[in-house]
Amino acid sequence: MALTGVLRAGFVQFRVLEMDEALAHYVDHIGLELVEKADDGRAYLKGYDEFDRHSIVLREADAPGVDVMAFKVGGAADLDTFEKRITDFGLAVDHVAAGEQPTVGRRIGFELPSGHRIELYAEMARSDNGPITENPDIWRDDPHGMRALGFDHCLLYGPNVAEVTRFFTEVLDFGLVEKVQTPDGPIAVWLTSSTKSHEVAFVEHPEPGKFHHVSFLLESWNDVGHAADIISRYDISRDVGPTRHGITRGQTIYFFDPSGNRNEVFAGGYSYFPDHPTRVWTPDQLGKGIFYYEKELNDRFLGVVT
Amino acid sequence: MAGSFTVTIADSGANFHCPEDERVLISMEKQGLRLIPIGCRGGGCGTCRVKVTEGSYRTRKMSRAHVSEADEQAGIVLACRLIPESDLVLGLAGEGNGVWNRAREQGGKGHGVNGSIACGIRPIPRA
Repeated sequence: MALTGVLRAGFVQFRVLEMDEALAHYVDHIGLELVEKADDGRAYLKGYDEFDRHSIVLREADAPGVDVMAFKVGGAADLDTFEKRITDFGLAVDHVAAGEQPTVGRRIGFELPSGHRIELYAEMARSDNGPITENPDIWRDDPHGMRALGFDHCLLYGPNVAEVTRFFTEVLDFGLVEKVQTPDGPIAVWLTSSTKSHEVAFVEHPEPGKFHHVSFLLESWNDVGHAADIISRYDISRDVGPTRHGITRGQTIYFFDPSGNRNEVFAGGYSYFPDHPTRVWTPDQLGKGIFYYEKELNDRFLGVVT
Repeated sequence: MAGSFTVTIADSGANFHCPEDERVLISMEKQGLRLIPIGCRGGGCGTCRVKVTEGSYRTRKMSRAHVSEADEQAGIVLACRLIPESDLVLGLAGEGNGVWNRAREQGGKGHGVNGSIACGIRPIPRA
């Protein structure tokens, strides 16, 4: 297999204020499937086009925000290889036993210089309600709500983006797809382990460990418009869009879940290969980079995080 | 007005009506007003933090990262989770994040880029 090591953004566990309200949002409106509401209160969800058992984990708590973002690696041996490389880089690695999340194998975890907890895992059960593999229809059950195919990426806010970038590129073998470069270093980076335009992105921010958004993939620009219709129809808290990013070229709309965690649904974006050069934005053109049509940023998008 | 209360911003004296059972920030925004900065509208980000100085009210669950139990005792709430049970007087009680400061600098317009991207990317930390 040509794609080895870290395969993709696998799951993200984040906090919500009220679980029932959160489930109505993610299941009824975004269109995810509730896989399990576990005894410890966590809820496990997935998109209709995802093979693995779950990709979104919600935990009810007193404050919203992200607990952990986890990447799936190709095999169990990769966990040992990466543990050594991460330790050699200078980050402390801890271990999460298999089964801490249902059907998920052992995980290794560490805290980035940005204050975010990241984990790697190799095993999760295949969903019994994932995409069909024999003479496959395009879906099993009619997609509903915004028709999200699945979890795509996260954007995380925190300090030390230059160091985080060095970690992802040198230790986890990610590609640096795009960046916003200042004379003092990068202030925003888009990183990938695959041919997707990004699996994770970081923006420089003084407070560590902040959550800017979790993003879900849609099939088309038309579905982004359909998502906008749902946002208005059900009075979902909209942030920005529908519009398009210069960076990654994705077509997008941003909104908030009922606890204030930002969501994105998006379509499009180009493919990346490891021999491609990094695309670079200068700060004076950042408005166009983030919102290609408006060509200006807004304070809420820049500053509001959980 | 039956079934509606008056919400007054102490600093400016500006006021608007908020129907009973409606959240103060949501009602304000529907009327096209920007008297209180608007963030996530879900009790999570702290942008619309205010201190209620007069009146009775109830709230829905708010992020403890932005409203501690002591804050809550002192009348500090998030306007997006604030439901009036009488006329209210409140003051802005932002935590000094970039959104709040810039909204105030811009006289409540709450939007726009001043050309300093780094300023936008790096909001001023909480006091």
